[in-house]
Amino acid sequence: MKTEYQSLSPTAAKRWIILLAAFVNGFVIMSIELLGGRVMAPYFGSSVYVWGSIITVFMLSLSFGYLWGGRLSLNNPGPRTFVCFFFGSAVLCLPIIFFAEPLMTEVFLAIEDPRYGSLLSAVLLYFLPICLMGMVSPYSVRMLVARQSHSGGIAGELYFVSTLGSALGTLGTSFYFVVWFEINQIIWGCIVAQLLCGTVVALAFREHMPSVKNKNQTASAATTATDAQGGHS
Amino acid sequence: MRFAASLMCLLSLALGTQQVSAQRNIIHEERSQYRDIVVTEFNGQRCMLFNVVRGDMNQTCMDLSDPDRLIFTYTKMSFAGLLFNPEPKRILIAGLGGGTIPMLLRDLYPDAEIDVVEIDPAVVKVAKEWFNYEEDANHEVHVVDARVFIKRAGLQGEKYDFIMLDAFSGEYIPEHLLSREFLQEVKALLTDDGILVANTFSGSRLYDHESVTYADVFGKFYNFKLPESGNRIILATPGESLPHLGDLRAPARELYDQLEPYGINILEFPPRLSDEPDWDTDARILTDQYSPANLLN
Repeated sequence: MKTEYQSLSPTAAKRWIILLAAFVNGFVIMSIELLGGRVMAPYFGSSVYVWGSIITVFMLSLSFGYLWGGRLSLNNPGPRTFVCFFFGSAVLCLPIIFFAEPLMTEVFLAIEDPRYGSLLSAVLLYFLPICLMGMVSPYSVRMLVARQSHSGGIAGELYFVSTLGSALGTLGTSFYFVVWFEINQIIWGCIVAQLLCGTVVALAFREHMPSVKNKNQTASAATTATDAQGGHS
Repeated sequence: MRFAASLMCLLSLALGTQQVSAQRNIIHEERSQYRDIVVTEFNGQRCMLFNVVRGDMNQTCMDLSDPDRLIFTYTKMSFAGLLFNPEPKRILIAGLGGGTIPMLLRDLYPDAEIDVVEIDPAVVKVAKEWFNYEEDANHEVHVVDARVFIKRAGLQGEKYDFIMLDAFSGEYIPEHLLSREFLQEVKALLTDDGILVANTFSGSRLYDHESVTYADVFGKFYNFKLPESGNRIILATPGESLPHLGDLRAPARELYDQLEPYGINILEFPPRLSDEPDWDTDARILTDQYSPANLLN
């Protein structure tokens, strides 16, 4: 039946992998947010409003990420889109390393008021990668929920691990990473972490990853999954 | 008996606190987006304080009976910069405090152009209302982050022959004002005969990191410390070589009469300057990419 709810993570191991990915994603978001202040300080200072800009942009990016990620999970949900969030956000973090300086120089020259300068720079540098990272949360819920009746519990677990990741990302970055590494080295670490997450998820769900070649196989896998889920309940 | 003793104890405690509050009157409190500012009067001195709760950090004090006279040693030490350039024409000061330094420089050099940069509008307000600070046609205070002001001034090709960095309030160090890139921007603002006076700390692990960063940008510089002060003043010039210490005695003699009324004995400064590194030269240089100044402090 087409309308029947379909579980996407039939085994416990796969659920753990999704939770781990959500944890790392939460960690990376806050690590990058915390570094945002340091990335922008040479151009816009470290006034209260620079932090205001950064936090505003991160909240906005996440809110749209939640909205769009949730919508994406409505049609043909599957691990492939989920993996794309990780690879995509990793790639979209590269401009923070390579283009932040020329970009902020242009903004600095064009906009005199550091409030709006920092706000625009934060939008240009962070909106896309953080938006993609925001999509991970609602999509993970879809990946993990096997039956509607336990959706609240799953969502709770997910917020728990991703926010725990954010807490540790904030602490680790502000207390230790900035003493051990340069800013760009930490951002590279975040990019590698996202790529690793994407790869691990892709490997774990490789039989569910649809491609032109094995579409039939996927269809049968989906049927198996539905069967397995049926077996649970 | 025990009861009476503890009562006495309590009583004396209450009296004690009353005494303290009688001595240190809070006469004004100003709310700020950065930290609350308190103005106190104590022993004939009016002081501006930040972070009152965490421990009294006097930012600036004024002698009420003789407002011209400087109270803090480090403020007096800042004027050592004049030994290198006794007639500054364009002055930049990052960090206002009570405005003691710009007002004194205005007294000394009525024709100099003075730009002051202060991040906190509340500090400007308190300085004007309680510490006789005032701007004039050739003296402006800019409420902006010092890094932003200096970067823009550099892009516009501005030059200053006396730059003073006094933006550290002790509690929290603005890390972007302590990096190699920032000091390069400052250096680019200096005229050939210009002098940079930086008021910094002499304790803590940060001393080594800060020193190697200044040395990386300016080469040799003069370190100025006095036994009665916990601060050290860095005196750096943009040129290849530092002026010889012997050459500073003549300007010291000329400046002495002008500075003496403010309580500054500039004659005792030149022998206290040193360009010998007394820090760990292997310490890591602070950059925009690596600036954990607060964690190293």
